[in-house]
Amino acid sequence: MSASTLILLVLGLGLAGWLVARSRAAMFRRANDGKRIASLPNYHAWYAALWIVVPTLLFALVWSQIADNLVIQHVLASPAAADLPAFGMQRQTMLAEARAVATGAASGVFNPAAADLVEPFEEALTRYNIIGMVVTLLIALAGGAWAFLRLKPDFRAHTRVERAVLSLLLIASLVAILTTLGIVASLVFETVRFFGMVNPIDFLTGVNWSPNPMTDGSNPDPERYGAVPLFWGTFFIGVVIAMIVAIPMGMMSAIYLNQYAAPRVRTWLKPALEVLAGVPTVVYGYFAALTIAPAIRDIAMSLGVQNPSSESALAAGLVMGVMIIPFVSSMADDSIAAVPQAMKDGSLAMGATQNETIKRVLVPAALPGIVAGIMLAISRAIGETMIVVMAASATARLSANPLEAMTTVTYQIVANLTGEASMDSASTLAAFALGFVLFLVTLVLNIIALRIVKRFREAYE
Amino acid sequence: MAEIADSPLANQAKKSLEHENIETGEPKMRARDVDVYYGQKKAIDSVDIDVYTEFVTAFIGPSGCGKSTFLRALNRMNDTIPSARVTGTIELDGEDIYASGMDVVQLRARVGMVFQKPNPFPKSIYDNIAYGPKIHGLAEAKPDLDNIVEKSLRRAGLWEEVKDRLADSGTALSGGQQQRLCIARAIAVDPEVILMDEPCSALDPIATAKIEELIDELRGRYGIVIVTHSMQQAARVSQRTAFFHLGNLVEYGHTSDIFTNPVEKRTQDYITGRYG
Repeated sequence: MSASTLILLVLGLGLAGWLVARSRAAMFRRANDGKRIASLPNYHAWYAALWIVVPTLLFALVWSQIADNLVIQHVLASPAAADLPAFGMQRQTMLAEARAVATGAASGVFNPAAADLVEPFEEALTRYNIIGMVVTLLIALAGGAWAFLRLKPDFRAHTRVERAVLSLLLIASLVAILTTLGIVASLVFETVRFFGMVNPIDFLTGVNWSPNPMTDGSNPDPERYGAVPLFWGTFFIGVVIAMIVAIPMGMMSAIYLNQYAAPRVRTWLKPALEVLAGVPTVVYGYFAALTIAPAIRDIAMSLGVQNPSSESALAAGLVMGVMIIPFVSSMADDSIAAVPQAMKDGSLAMGATQNETIKRVLVPAALPGIVAGIMLAISRAIGETMIVVMAASATARLSANPLEAMTTVTYQIVANLTGEASMDSASTLAAFALGFVLFLVTLVLNIIALRIVKRFREAYE
Repeated sequence: MAEIADSPLANQAKKSLEHENIETGEPKMRARDVDVYYGQKKAIDSVDIDVYTEFVTAFIGPSGCGKSTFLRALNRMNDTIPSARVTGTIELDGEDIYASGMDVVQLRARVGMVFQKPNPFPKSIYDNIAYGPKIHGLAEAKPDLDNIVEKSLRRAGLWEEVKDRLADSGTALSGGQQQRLCIARAIAVDPEVILMDEPCSALDPIATAKIEELIDELRGRYGIVIVTHSMQQAARVSQRTAFFHLGNLVEYGHTSDIFTNPVEKRTQDYITGRYG
């Protein structure tokens, strides 16, 4: 019996329970001469259905985990299994082949020795399927009976159903949190392994980054993993260059849209700006690598710069800045719009011009929101991967010259994870450590930004 | 009419008779045949009014009667509403404020405004007052500015309460103090007329009394126009009262006359509380 038939069966039983309980509740009502009963018949119906479906599904979930093991144990206990190789790939393959034939997924075995295992497999699968089905049915019946016996005219089924809905909502909201925790846990696990090979202090303060993918975990070469040039490259491209572009542009477009643009202009300009945020970053990457980077090199050459890089930090940073503009402008727009009209009127009524009002009243009042928007933009910029992978360089370099090639944390994560190195080499694990640092930094930035936004909202309500 | 003439409201208004003999010069502001439209809708229909520096002028009337709209026409604050349109003439010292050569920024420096809800800027008390003088270049150096700030706060009766904490945020003051801060802010640019749009409607009675006292002190130095929902307030603070109804100026005259001896039936109905 497959999982889908089992689920259909359970749902069918649930439906049956629903109908039975509903008609029983309707009967209470008739027997009561149409007087009110404590809960509507539908609540009785849902109460019964939940008691049938939820426990059986929980059992099915557990059973699907343990049934597999039980089957394997049964097969291994059979005489045919005695000939199996004790360990390794061959043993696994033979078991898998026999299972495939037994379940009908394959028509024959490649390894003749596996043929003997087919029969024990079939036997075990049938047996545990029957056991599973019977227990499922028993649980469904028990649940249904328990619920059915509790149905009375004065039974408050609606509060029980309410509670069930509440737990469903709670579980749904926990999924996102648990996923985040899972991600952090897996990052932490690998990061700890990496720090077992490379001293965290050396990693965070070293200035030489040249991971060797050919070494394995036993010979990590710790002095090759100084991440400062990566942090610097990330900061220089994502914070300095990108923000020099994004902050003024974003602010100015927000002020124009919010204060000056005629409604007609605003209706098409604002969506157009938001489209910018929806462009896949890989497209920005092409643009940076194929258009901007060569143009910058040519300009630098014509200005007499010796050997300008064709993978300059400037190209990646400029394009990243353009990508970030909509984030800055949309947050700034919202915060300026949130400043009460009374504040603006107050300034205008003093005889301030619109420009003075914006500069001296609106922007200062909206500043917390604007700063929060910039922090979110920064956390996005330093986490940005595609643009730097395509336009930045693999060379780790500490330099303040924007025309030089630089690399970033995200670039190195990609480079070290997708390389030839084995999973337990220091260079692969370094990617996790970098990811962990990046995660922490963006997390802190986001928390600060959200705090600021929250305080700002409270101030004007 | 006896019931009206002896009502507490009327007795209050009679006090304004003390000012009856004050000699008035030319009106500070003169509105003639003023219509205000919001889009197609006519919100103010053919209003004539004179505003004198010597008197406080009160605008009363039920909600939606157009009194605030007309007030905002006096310093062109309606310009900030795209659909609003004003016809007719409004003169300040004989100069048409809606003439094409009029500098709105200068006009608003001469005709200041205080709003219904106190709206101090999220800056320090000092910077709230210094804002206007700075943008109009009224102070050359810091001592001049300090002077203006102190003088304005003194005139608004707030100096003693805030002189030790001028660096605190203006928004941290109580509602009544905030409103006096806004009045001080308006005074700081040395206006000729101050328009007040229900300045006490968000305040408690004690704060209201302080503001009313202040208005009386400012009379004579500045032309004051106050929009109010409270007829008691109009009777207490004003010497001239204009009653608006449905966009029309129903009656305009001495406050004591309006409250003791109204000419129009609608005015009488309103002040005796029959509607509005």
